[in-house]
Amino acid sequence: MDKKRYVYAILFAFLFIIAISGNTSGEEKEQTRASLKKPGHNLPEFVVPPPPLSEGIFPCSQCHADMEPNPTRRELTFHTEISKGFNHAKEQRWCLDCHNPDDRDKLRLASGKLISFEESEYLCGQCHGTIFRDWKYGIHGKRTGYWNGKKVYRLCVHCHYPHWPKFQPIKPLPPPEKPSNIKYRKLSDDEIPRNPIGDIQ
Amino acid sequence: MKNNEKKRILTKPISRRELLKGSAFGLASLAIPIGKVDASFWEAFFQKHFREMNRDEVKAVIARLEKEYYKKYNKNFNIKTTEAIPGTLFGYGLDLSRCIGCRRCVYACVRENNQSRDPQIHWITVLRFKKGEKWVNDLERAEKYYYPEEVPEEGYFYMPVQCQQCENPPCVKVCPTQATWKEPDGIVVVDYNWCIGCRYCMAACPYGARRFNWAEPRIAREELNTNVHYLGNRPRYKGVVEKCTFCIQRTRGNPGRYPACVEICPVGARKFGNLLDPKSEIRYIIENKRVFRLKEDLNTQPKFFYFFAT
Amino acid sequence: MSIFNPFINFFRVLRQVVKGNKWYYAWVGFLSFFILLGLVAYFRQLNHGLIETAMRDQVSWGLYIANFTFLVGVAAAAVYLVVPAYVYNFKPIKEVVLFGELLAATAIIMCVMFILVDLGRPERVWHILPIIGKMHFPASLLAWDVIVLNGYLAINLFIPFYALYKLAHGREYNMQIIKPLIIISIPWAISIHTVTAFLYNGLPSRPFWNAAVLAPRFIASALCSGPALMLIIFQIVRKIYKLDIDNKAIFKIAELIAYAMGFNLFLFGAEFFKEFYSNSIHLAPMKYLYFGLHGHYNLVPWMWASLLFNLTAFVLFLLPKTREHFFSLNLACVLVIAGVYIEKGMGLVIPGFVPGTLGEIYEYTPTMVEKYITIGIWAAGALIYTIFLKFMIPIYKGELRFKSSQSKNSSLASNL
Repeated sequence: MDKKRYVYAILFAFLFIIAISGNTSGEEKEQTRASLKKPGHNLPEFVVPPPPLSEGIFPCSQCHADMEPNPTRRELTFHTEISKGFNHAKEQRWCLDCHNPDDRDKLRLASGKLISFEESEYLCGQCHGTIFRDWKYGIHGKRTGYWNGKKVYRLCVHCHYPHWPKFQPIKPLPPPEKPSNIKYRKLSDDEIPRNPIGDIQ
Repeated sequence: MKNNEKKRILTKPISRRELLKGSAFGLASLAIPIGKVDASFWEAFFQKHFREMNRDEVKAVIARLEKEYYKKYNKNFNIKTTEAIPGTLFGYGLDLSRCIGCRRCVYACVRENNQSRDPQIHWITVLRFKKGEKWVNDLERAEKYYYPEEVPEEGYFYMPVQCQQCENPPCVKVCPTQATWKEPDGIVVVDYNWCIGCRYCMAACPYGARRFNWAEPRIAREELNTNVHYLGNRPRYKGVVEKCTFCIQRTRGNPGRYPACVEICPVGARKFGNLLDPKSEIRYIIENKRVFRLKEDLNTQPKFFYFFAT
Repeated sequence: MSIFNPFINFFRVLRQVVKGNKWYYAWVGFLSFFILLGLVAYFRQLNHGLIETAMRDQVSWGLYIANFTFLVGVAAAAVYLVVPAYVYNFKPIKEVVLFGELLAATAIIMCVMFILVDLGRPERVWHILPIIGKMHFPASLLAWDVIVLNGYLAINLFIPFYALYKLAHGREYNMQIIKPLIIISIPWAISIHTVTAFLYNGLPSRPFWNAAVLAPRFIASALCSGPALMLIIFQIVRKIYKLDIDNKAIFKIAELIAYAMGFNLFLFGAEFFKEFYSNSIHLAPMKYLYFGLHGHYNLVPWMWASLLFNLTAFVLFLLPKTREHFFSLNLACVLVIAGVYIEKGMGLVIPGFVPGTLGEIYEYTPTMVEKYITIGIWAAGALIYTIFLKFMIPIYKGELRFKSSQSKNSSLASNL
């Protein structure tokens, strides 16, 4: 792993932590997916937190509004942190397959339909159909909330960084104590081992 | 250095003097209740089986326990006795194609359910298998103490095991005092004030799901979860058996929260829901994925379904 | 006057128990030392919890339950004396049957002690009782065990106490009372050991125990170790108390041990063949016992020693020449006791847990606390039996007689 990729891994890990810490600040921003509900489907009631957009980068129109879109495949001079590490069906894909060239704050489906970054699952679902289906039914991906009430889903991009979506390895928490090491110990309150994970809500 | 110190504590042999000292304390602990007749002690001693108490008796016991816990931990506990929601039968799904063996679930469970930190108790065991080798039936190849720099590791896969909440639970069958039973929503629970600590259930459990408090459980005060259920995560005692209850204190509610292990899992491999609700995630899994249950040859009918999403 | 008689009699018995020669005091002192040691260790365990033992979640039963199982076998073996004595009216054995029954009672008391020290919450033991507790009958085999063990204890205390009570008053005991109890004690003895075997047998999670041959093997091995223990005790008692115990009784019992051991070895062979020939994953515990598993060999030397002991003892008991020679007889007895103690103690309990249900191997080696407590209970058992004999033999021999007002009691007895 070269140095740059290492940096990306850290960046990803950061995004990942934001995602798993359930960063749902500003609940009014959570969206329900009423449009997914088609007759005959028994989809649960759920909300999706807003996507983990990079601060200072989004909205894209900040810079791109005045730029002429260049559709040729090339080595980028900006966004190099993305283009260098880009690993998402590299051979078949280019930025503008997903990012809409005219209105950069939107994503574009293959049909030409524009969607917002908040509902990017439709974009991913174009190729990953079975996973999209599992996601809708709550089988793919992390869920929190209530088993018999409102559930909080995650967007694909909360866990999979879209430009290199493969899950990055993480450090496991310690193994259990071996039975032969479990002995009577007289511990003061301060000596009691602390748990590596804090409160679960 | 810390390790060395730990080792020293762990391997220190018992001197004769300590043996005598320990014994003196033991004698004293026996003598105290006889000496000054503490009403609470006798109330605790004669406490009835949970299912044989009427509402008022349960209320009195809860009040007493909350007082006892306050005295012991200097914290206010809220002990719930929420009953099963009619029409629910809890089921669990675990996606083996996703699990990365990171053990977040193990420690989230410890935190949520007030497991003893010393001596250590974990309700969830994560097993690691080498791809292509024997597993499921022959668990001798399982590695429980793996600890690499990063997971998932190349060439391995992981299978967490916890209480499978059997429909036909052998642990309940063998308990000589009926201190453990299956609730209407399918959760197998233990009355920690009724268990005599014979550990017959541990011998009977095919999943190694039951844990015994070999010593007085210790938890740092600031890490105590005070939102507890009588049949679930309330602090336990020395000498009784405990086990996973699908986070009964969270899941029994309208709406009811997901278990802690489900919420912590970073890869979303853990699924939970009502088996009687055709719209639930767990039903979708059973109806659409390839599922299996552990040790099905024993006919324990677990409500814990391992599946492969891909 | 007569209402004081029970007290007077009690003090007579007490005096008989308290008074003895220096050997008696030395023996009682010796036992008391170990009982005290056991108590000290037990209070430590009570204070710190069962963490003082080597048992852990992986191996949740150990030395205590192993001893319990062995002693249930010893208790059940009293039947080996009862059957020839009363059913076949074999006179030489009839004379020693009381000692067998007392040994059975003592063994049960020790069983109860071993269960009590194994409990995490001994003060809650009443939860297991019917009515005041919440006994899980008939589902839990442990509930069955509580019933059959206590019933057996009652029978085996009642028969000798009743008979000796009558003897102490210089009266014949009423066979009409004794006979049905003796008849019932035969299947009851089988039942205590069958139920104890079923306790393990009924757990499909533990393949080593989940073999149908387990209960027969329990019975067969019990009929070796229990009578062997009795043979040794009879010889000691005979010597100390100058009691007339016929050699014929001893040799007859020895012969019966040979048959039981033959059967035990056959059942073991059947089990051994089935596991090794079929070579399924359920072989693991057996492999652990006799050849070691994944580099864990703790029990291997013990198990082979046990097998060797049993085989040697079998031959010694089988051949009339060695059977009727006291040196080889006693050697065989010791070998059988040791062999069965290993086989049915740790050799039975531990392979239930190794490998564990999730494949883990934790090699259990008892701690000092466990050993002290175990020795303490054995010493307590020996002391109880010693005390029983101390006042019962004089009654039996007619040296100790009770004071009684001849009137009511005797007529009551004869009416019965």
